[in-house]
Amino acid sequence: MKLTLKIWRQKNFETKGRIVNYQIDNISPDMSFLEMLDVLNADLISKDEDPVSFDHDCREGICGSCSLFINGQAHGPDRRITTCQLHMRKFRDGDTIYVEPFRAKAFPVIKDLVVDRSAFDRIQQSGGYISINTSGNTQDANSIPINKDNADDAFDAATCIGCGACVATCKNSSAMLFVGAKVSQYSLLPQGQTEASRRVINMVNQMDLEGFGNCSNTGACEVECPKGISLDNIARMNRELMKASIKK
Amino acid sequence: MSKKKLTYSLNYRRPKSEYKASDELMICIRYYHKCSKTNKTKIIKKSTGVKCRLSDWNTDWHKSSNRSPVKDSDPNHKKKNKLLKEKVKTFDINELFNNVKNDSYSAYLNPNLPNGDLDKKWTNHKNTINLVSPANKRNIDIIVVGTGLAGGSACATLAELGYNVKAFCFQDSPRRAHSIAAQGGINAAKNYQGDGDSIYRLFYDTVKGGDYRSREENVYRLAEVSANIIDQCVAQGVPFARDYGGLLDNRSFGGVLVSRTFYAKGQTGQQLLLGAYSAMNRQIARGKIKMYNRHEMLDVVLVDGKARGIITRNLVNGGIERHSAHAVVLATGGYGNVFYLSTNAMGSNVTAAWKAHKRGAYFANPCFTQIHPTCIPVSGDHQSKLTLMSESLRNDGRIWVPKNIHDVEGIRDGNLKPTEIKEDDRDYFLERRYPAFGNLVPRDVASRAAKERCDAGFGVNKTGEAVYLDFSSSIIRYGKEQALVNGEDENNEQIVEKLGKEIIKKKYGNLFQMYEKIVDQNPYETPMMIYPAVHYTMGGIWVDYNLMTTIPGLYAIGEANFSDHGANRLGASALMQGLADGYFVLPYTIGDYLSDQISTGPIANDSKEFIIAEKEAIEKLDKLINNKGSKSVDYFHKKLGKIMWNKCGMARNKKDLELAISEISKLRKEFWKEVKVPGDQNQFNEELAKAGRVADFLELGELFAKDALEREESCGGHFREEYQTKEGEATRKKEFQFVSAWEYVGEPRNAILHKEKLEYKNIEVKERSYK
Repeated sequence: MKLTLKIWRQKNFETKGRIVNYQIDNISPDMSFLEMLDVLNADLISKDEDPVSFDHDCREGICGSCSLFINGQAHGPDRRITTCQLHMRKFRDGDTIYVEPFRAKAFPVIKDLVVDRSAFDRIQQSGGYISINTSGNTQDANSIPINKDNADDAFDAATCIGCGACVATCKNSSAMLFVGAKVSQYSLLPQGQTEASRRVINMVNQMDLEGFGNCSNTGACEVECPKGISLDNIARMNRELMKASIKK
Repeated sequence: MSKKKLTYSLNYRRPKSEYKASDELMICIRYYHKCSKTNKTKIIKKSTGVKCRLSDWNTDWHKSSNRSPVKDSDPNHKKKNKLLKEKVKTFDINELFNNVKNDSYSAYLNPNLPNGDLDKKWTNHKNTINLVSPANKRNIDIIVVGTGLAGGSACATLAELGYNVKAFCFQDSPRRAHSIAAQGGINAAKNYQGDGDSIYRLFYDTVKGGDYRSREENVYRLAEVSANIIDQCVAQGVPFARDYGGLLDNRSFGGVLVSRTFYAKGQTGQQLLLGAYSAMNRQIARGKIKMYNRHEMLDVVLVDGKARGIITRNLVNGGIERHSAHAVVLATGGYGNVFYLSTNAMGSNVTAAWKAHKRGAYFANPCFTQIHPTCIPVSGDHQSKLTLMSESLRNDGRIWVPKNIHDVEGIRDGNLKPTEIKEDDRDYFLERRYPAFGNLVPRDVASRAAKERCDAGFGVNKTGEAVYLDFSSSIIRYGKEQALVNGEDENNEQIVEKLGKEIIKKKYGNLFQMYEKIVDQNPYETPMMIYPAVHYTMGGIWVDYNLMTTIPGLYAIGEANFSDHGANRLGASALMQGLADGYFVLPYTIGDYLSDQISTGPIANDSKEFIIAEKEAIEKLDKLINNKGSKSVDYFHKKLGKIMWNKCGMARNKKDLELAISEISKLRKEFWKEVKVPGDQNQFNEELAKAGRVADFLELGELFAKDALEREESCGGHFREEYQTKEGEATRKKEFQFVSAWEYVGEPRNAILHKEKLEYKNIEVKERSYK
């Protein structure tokens, strides 16, 4: 395959970025998108040019590092995958492909396609946990049976990989799906009830502080989410927030 | 080996004054060996076989220009001096260490095992070790490098106990450590299924699965705390799979006959890591953990022989930083990426562990590598990594290749589909060879069996390196069960197939989706193609029972240490070990060392040791940047990977291993001459980070091959072609029932071997049979 790549290059946060054109040849349809970028980088290095920086690590769709906005879509044209799971067979010979970072006010660009997503960490630090210390005498794991449907829903919410596709794709740069997933996971489990009110209030506050936008229910996040986290989680978070505000 | 450390001496057997000038004495070569643990120098003497009269001995030989110890008053002085010089030239310190009888073991290695009966040891140990008072914990800093299951859980627990923790990870968030990719599950001796499981049975399975090369005491402790891990994780809100009664579900894994594996679909590692991450977050919010994301450790700093800090590089702006603490914990994972292609993440590396090794931590059993049987086969040269298909699939998938070679050819030519091959024409080789365990034999056994079939020409893809993993029998079995439950016709093939696929989807949905995206084939319709790939490294930094390395104050936990899995790890035991070390073992054992450090006060990070280590790290980076060679880092990494896979992979032999050592050494020299790293040091520069990691892999690879060469037996994941039975099973040898702990002395191939004897008092050592 022969392709034209239009890639966002930006030296660092302070410098202004721009789209740079690259021609690339001899791409096999069996390559993953990131392997295609590896080929481009090998070429750039041999020509003494600066290779394109992008985040990646596990390359099997679970670590949540990779974060490319390809042809206007978070993680590219396929569904339910991360960028590293996107394969070149989804493109045609001669295609022009735009590659940009995940853009949001809360995700400043570090270099090229690498963004700073530490805002997500700070939201989790504000309440995304159950306050339990490690000890050798916690009660037995089977002492509280959990309704299978709730356990399954909690699991589905917990599969969020924190990649930020929901934010990148949202016209408001909202992080409601990300936060909703965490709030839901704990609100569906008996262990999470004790501090449920504090948790949701703190996490929503932190989300606002970080500069994420609000939700206007377009549902784009659910469509682009590589793990298919459901919009129900946002509804559940709103309900939890409402409950917590009334209690307060 | 530096010749500077070698001197000549006479072998006096009585006080010097008792000798006459005409007495003849044996000349020895003396070697001054500095033990990194005790920091004491030990003199090792080796006889040269050359004798000399006292009157002919030149005591000032080292000052003379020709450095000849025998004076010309001796008629044979020329011959003798020549002989002595040759002896020095061929002096091999390894020979000295290797030639020690097999019943003599290194005095430098003290595993500090507690006394008492096996099942009381951990309790006794906890009851007797020194503790640090809560008031003093506030004044003690601990550095933890790596935030996977072991590092993350250790950070959280240490902070809960009151220590000040500084945590480092090279990823952009601790949640992205590669533990996240673990799929299948976590073992625990809960016996919820009532199938006869117990702490002893988990201990037994682990030691046997590891082919009797792990330390009995550590494994028993692991089995003992395993049940607590599940309790702890559930309390943290980890959503494990449950049955309709609301209780936890279990599945079965390779090498065992009970169901003790807890799981969360195919994402158990993710859920457990997020649990540890959330526990960390709570402490980060309290200010008890200071988190450094996108930081890579470049070196460990020793002050007065104790680990007192690390040098790091900020991967965003290239800043080199000095961090000090009272103790340093390495939780930096395994070194599978020495093979270039592995199931490890792209960033997984050995740098932290290797730098610790170079500073004096012994590296144990580097050749014990796990090659996982079920991975997606390599598709081409462009491939950057391999993807694992969880072992849990072997619960329901059956592994086979065609019986007839013409069917194999038909498949490769595309004229035949696997589904068209009749049941009788399929060779379910694991079920054939190992009827008792069938498809659930341990990983090393399954991998070798697949390789055997492929080497015999029965591989089912174009490269001839793939076998089938087939779910059709399970789909029908589950479909019939479900049809019965639903009250539908269990003889209606369509209904049965549909229901069966739904069940399989519920169990392994995400894995099937992953496979389909990569291979572009639907595994519900056609069998998966799989082949073994490098997955986990059992070897690692040597640690004692307290998980302390041979450097005082330096600890290693999780995959980074060597202790629990012997020569082969059982499925779902890595998560168990990581969390056991981090939540339940290290936070207590580290107190034993720190109780002695409470009066030191804060550790300064501007002492000369820190300054020197920092300077060395910067020089190395500068060297890489300024090298301006002609070949990329990946070029060398790929080449190293090829050598490792072809010569130190699933089957090894003497000739290939010797070749590997010289090839890797050559490649390393070429690397330092020819490597090209673009950009500069003070920026986000992934190539530079990669170059540093590959430089260390190029050293580790050589030690790896050396270890494999010296271990003249087959055991677990280490298979030497010279040592196998007629049926091709591994032949373990009694005289190799020890841990090989290597001490760094310069070139990796000159590393000095220290042996830790392994004793099995609570388990009978017998041939591992899964038939």
